Amino acid sequence: MATITVLTPTGTLGYGFGAEALEGGMRLKPDVIAVDAGSTDPGPHYLGSGEPLVSRFSMKRELSDLLRVSRKAGIPLVVGSAGGSGCRSHVDWTVEIVREIAREQGLSFKLAWIYADVPTERVKAALSRGEVKDFEAGFALTEEMLDETVALVAQMGHEPIAEALDGGADVVIAGRSCDDSAIAAFPIARGADPGLAMHMGKILECGAFSAEPFGMDVMVGIVRDDHFLLEPGSAGRRASVTSVAAHTLYEREDPFLQPGPGHSMDLTQCRFDQVSDRRVRVSGSRFIKSDEYWVKLEGVRRAGFRSISIAGIRCPTMIARIDEILGDVQNEALRYFASNEFELGFRVYGRDGVMGKLEPQRTITSHELGLVIDVVAPNQEFAHAVAHHVSGNLLHYHFPGQFNTSGNVAFPYSPSEIDAGPNYRFSAYHLMRLSSPLELFPIHFETIQNVHH
Amino acid sequence: MSTTEKRLRDFAHIIRSKNAGPYRLTFDILFKDDASFEAVRDSRAITKESIARLYGVPLDQVSSLFVMPMGRAIKVTLRRPIGQGDFGDSDIYGCQQHAPLLDLPVVPAGKA
Repeated sequence: MATITVLTPTGTLGYGFGAEALEGGMRLKPDVIAVDAGSTDPGPHYLGSGEPLVSRFSMKRELSDLLRVSRKAGIPLVVGSAGGSGCRSHVDWTVEIVREIAREQGLSFKLAWIYADVPTERVKAALSRGEVKDFEAGFALTEEMLDETVALVAQMGHEPIAEALDGGADVVIAGRSCDDSAIAAFPIARGADPGLAMHMGKILECGAFSAEPFGMDVMVGIVRDDHFLLEPGSAGRRASVTSVAAHTLYEREDPFLQPGPGHSMDLTQCRFDQVSDRRVRVSGSRFIKSDEYWVKLEGVRRAGFRSISIAGIRCPTMIARIDEILGDVQNEALRYFASNEFELGFRVYGRDGVMGKLEPQRTITSHELGLVIDVVAPNQEFAHAVAHHVSGNLLHYHFPGQFNTSGNVAFPYSPSEIDAGPNYRFSAYHLMRLSSPLELFPIHFETIQNVHH
Repeated sequence: MSTTEKRLRDFAHIIRSKNAGPYRLTFDILFKDDASFEAVRDSRAITKESIARLYGVPLDQVSSLFVMPMGRAIKVTLRRPIGQGDFGDSDIYGCQQHAPLLDLPVVPAGKA
C-alpha cells in the first residue's frame, strides 16, 4: 500500500490555525485535509438550540483557506461534526458557507453532505427490540425521555464518509461523526490499515494538541503499511514521544481500549519512537471489528428557561453568615411561589463556585464573594420572576449583627436579572444497534460549478 | 507537615482535568522525566482511595485509574457529581477541577 498523508489544520474548525503552519503542512503534500468541527464538550446547548458553536465569521474565514488550498492541490476536504453538534441545521449552515465561498473564489467541485439526525421513532423501535443500552449516562433511555427529546444525533463511523469519497466527493461536510473516524475515513477508503488510520485519527483530531508546545494548529499524519508518522505543520513545534503518547489520554477515560462505531481500538501494544527531532513513529495500534454495529446517540431535551442574577458581597458580617442566609432566602422563595416547578440554586464564588461538592476547602478565606442566582422554570417569565424575587429578597434581608441596612449585595448590572433563554440538557448518551453503518446517515451530492477567476 | 515533604506539583509538569464525555471527569498527571514518574508511581500517593479522599467522594465514584509508562502519565477518572450542563454544574468543560491535586503530598517509597 502507498503512503497516505493527512493534514488536520486544527483541533476544532473555527478555533484557528497558523498560516505558516498550513504552508508547512502543505509542503508535506497531503492526500487529504480532514478536520473535526464539534463535540459534546461545549455542552448540550448547541444541539438543542441549533445555534452553531463558532461564529459565521470564523467558520467562513477558516473554510475559505482550506477550500482554497485543497482545491489548488486537488485533494479532498473532509469536515466532521459540522457546526458543532453535527445536527441537520449545523450541516446546512456549513454547506451554505461552502457554496458562498465557492462562488466567491470561482471554485467548481463535487460536494457531499451527510446528515446524522436520528428520528426518535427509530430509537423507540430499537428500544422495543432491546437494541439500546446506556453508555455512561447512568440512566435508562425511555420512551418518555425520547418524547421530551428535541434533538437527537448519532455519531457516524468512517463508512458514510468513505462512501461519499468513493462517490467522487471533493468536499464532504459530515454531520455528527466520531472524531477519529472523520479523520480516518480517507485513508481507510484508500486501503490503509484501519487500526493505524483510526489511531492516527484519534491523535490528529485535536490538531497540534499532540505537539509541543501544544496549540490549536496544523498537524500532519503519514500512514504506511505498518506504522504512521506524526509531524506538526509549524516549524515552531515538534512531536515528541511524550507529547504524542500523553495525548492518547486526552478527553477519554481508558487510554488502552477505546470503543468506536462498529469497532474497538486496542492500543495496549503500541510503540512510540522518536524518528527525528520533530517526528514520532507509532506502530502496533489494532482495530477490532465488532460483530454488531453500535453507534453512540446524543440527545437533548429542553428543561425550561433560565434567568440568572449576578451579585457581589463584600460585607464581612454577611460573608460570615452566607450559608444560613442563602438557605433562608431559598426557603422563602419556595413558600412565596408555592410551587415546586422551578429550580433555584446559588453559585458562590469565593466559597465553592468552581468545584461545588468536589471542593475540599470548606472555609471561606476570601474578603469578597461572587454570587450567581440560578433559576430554571417552565417559562421565561416565571424564571425571571423567581430570580427577581430572590435577588430583591437577598438585597434587603435582615440578619443579626448587620451594620449596613441599605442593601446586602452589589449588582454590577441594571437590570439585575438576565434572561438566558431556553435551557437544554442531555437526555440521551446511549448506544444503539444499527443494521448497517450507512443506515442512519443519508448522503447528498451536489455539483458546484462557478466561473473560474 | 515536615519541610522536606513534597507535593505532586514538584514531580509533574502537567496536572489537568477535563470532561471525558458529559458524565466523566478525567485527570491526567504527566511527569517531567522517568525518575519523577517512577517516584510518584512507587510512592502510591495516587490511588483510587487517595483520590476519593481528596475529592470527598465515595470510592465507587472513582471509575478508573491507569498508569501509563510510555506517556509517563497517571490517569484517574471520576464520575461527574453533576452531569455536564445539568442544573448545578459549575464547570462545563470540567477543566478547573485539578487544583487539589497540585498539593497532594508525595512521600517517596522507603521514606515513609
